[in-house]
Amino acid sequence: MTLISRRALVGSAAASAGMMLSGCDRLAQNESFRKILFSGEAINYHLQRALVDRDALAPEFRPDQMSPRFRTNGTANPGTPEYTAMVAENFRNWNLKIGGLVSRPVALSLAQLRSMPARTQITRHDCVEGWSAIGKWHGPTLKSVLQLAGLRPAARFIVFTCADLYGGQPYYESIDLTDAFHPQTILAWAMNDAVLSVGHGAPIRLRVERQLGYKHAKYVMAVDAVASLAGVGLGKGGYWEDRIDYDWYAGI
Amino acid sequence: MHDPIHTALPEADGLAASSVATDPPRRVFRHRIETRLWHWVNAIAIFVMIGSGLTILNAHPHLYWGPYGANFDHAWLDTPRWPGYLTIPASYNLAIARRWHLTFALVFAFSLVFLIVASLLNRHFQRDLRVRAKDLRAGVLLHDFREHLALRFHDPKRPEAYNIFQKLSYIAVLFLLIPLMIFTGLALSPGMDAGWPWLLDLFGGRQSARSIHFIAAAGLVLFTIVHLTLVILAGPLNEVRSMITGRWTVPPEDRR
Repeated sequence: MTLISRRALVGSAAASAGMMLSGCDRLAQNESFRKILFSGEAINYHLQRALVDRDALAPEFRPDQMSPRFRTNGTANPGTPEYTAMVAENFRNWNLKIGGLVSRPVALSLAQLRSMPARTQITRHDCVEGWSAIGKWHGPTLKSVLQLAGLRPAARFIVFTCADLYGGQPYYESIDLTDAFHPQTILAWAMNDAVLSVGHGAPIRLRVERQLGYKHAKYVMAVDAVASLAGVGLGKGGYWEDRIDYDWYAGI
Repeated sequence: MHDPIHTALPEADGLAASSVATDPPRRVFRHRIETRLWHWVNAIAIFVMIGSGLTILNAHPHLYWGPYGANFDHAWLDTPRWPGYLTIPASYNLAIARRWHLTFALVFAFSLVFLIVASLLNRHFQRDLRVRAKDLRAGVLLHDFREHLALRFHDPKRPEAYNIFQKLSYIAVLFLLIPLMIFTGLALSPGMDAGWPWLLDLFGGRQSARSIHFIAAAGLVLFTIVHLTLVILAGPLNEVRSMITGRWTVPPEDRR
């Protein structure tokens, strides 16, 4: 084989690699291939649920291992007139509504939430983009809050509706009952030994430590137990899941 | 692990056949069905993993050491923005890149498990990848290196056997680089970190694991470039055909 034809071969190999790459994009638009591509989420979800004990704890860190500066992400301030008014009055009239498939719908004031037994944990926050920050979170477990309302047997998922709006629609997220009742899943009202700031989700932010950052809903206004995610939002279990195909299970 | 092609050519038992100088092109059975199947599945998986991985890296093109690392922390490497002709998908979409990456991660990892089990059972590893102490003597390595520079890749006595550099690079890829990709990848999963916290101890924290994930990926890209270059230099049609049909023609220069 001559050098020239070898060179041509390298060139055509590079060109075919390029064609394969654009082929991938066309494949991802094909309905049946898309199903296969999106099936990895369910496989990873079930594999992790099978491999990882339901109460296995996310790693916790020492105070000296905390990030010097914990960046904010997503909404930095919901900025709606309603939210701005709540901030102005220090969330005095704010209520967390726990409803849906529960025996006794409850509305908890911030003072009531703060008086509940709380868990403190120094954990790592992993953004879907790849960065990590370690911070200290403090608040009652979601389990203890849900027990006040009492889940009905049909409940399968917990939905969090938030005060920040995206295109007029509230941000929302949802998790399964395994994560909802996990000992580290808390409604944090304090972070790094201070009252939770607006940038980090005041007055409360969900911490669901075995999943990525976008699952950790900020500015939580309502917690609802549901049997299915089909009737919530556009049906995929979260704002980003509905709009841009993020995985609902973000444990990976 | 009984392979009909393999048994149809008993005289060319894997790589163990002895070479006899014959004039008409001599064909030997070189690659078992398990090896060929894994090779192509893995080639597709690596292609998808690298392309989608570059999109994911574009989401936060900074690498750190230790358990945490974000914009205000010290990055040891700021990577360039990877252009659309290298990424999956071509136009930035983190969600779709993650779908590709995390689905093909399953293909990538479980196909390696398949290859390892199959190659222990069919004795491909024991027969073809075994490195003996005498193969690693400086004189032998130097001789093989000179032969490579002269574009002679095969031992004339046993042309179908892998040379020492082939063995070492295949061993490095199968037992070091790909497992490193898989386990550093798992360490990036907050769910797996809860189940297998030793992953973090092993790599020194999640951001270190992310850095090692990238370095090992660069190693795989380097291997792939060298691998493809050598396939072209060694005779691409014969080499590619042998990875499809299993049968390889001994190059004329090796038939002495």
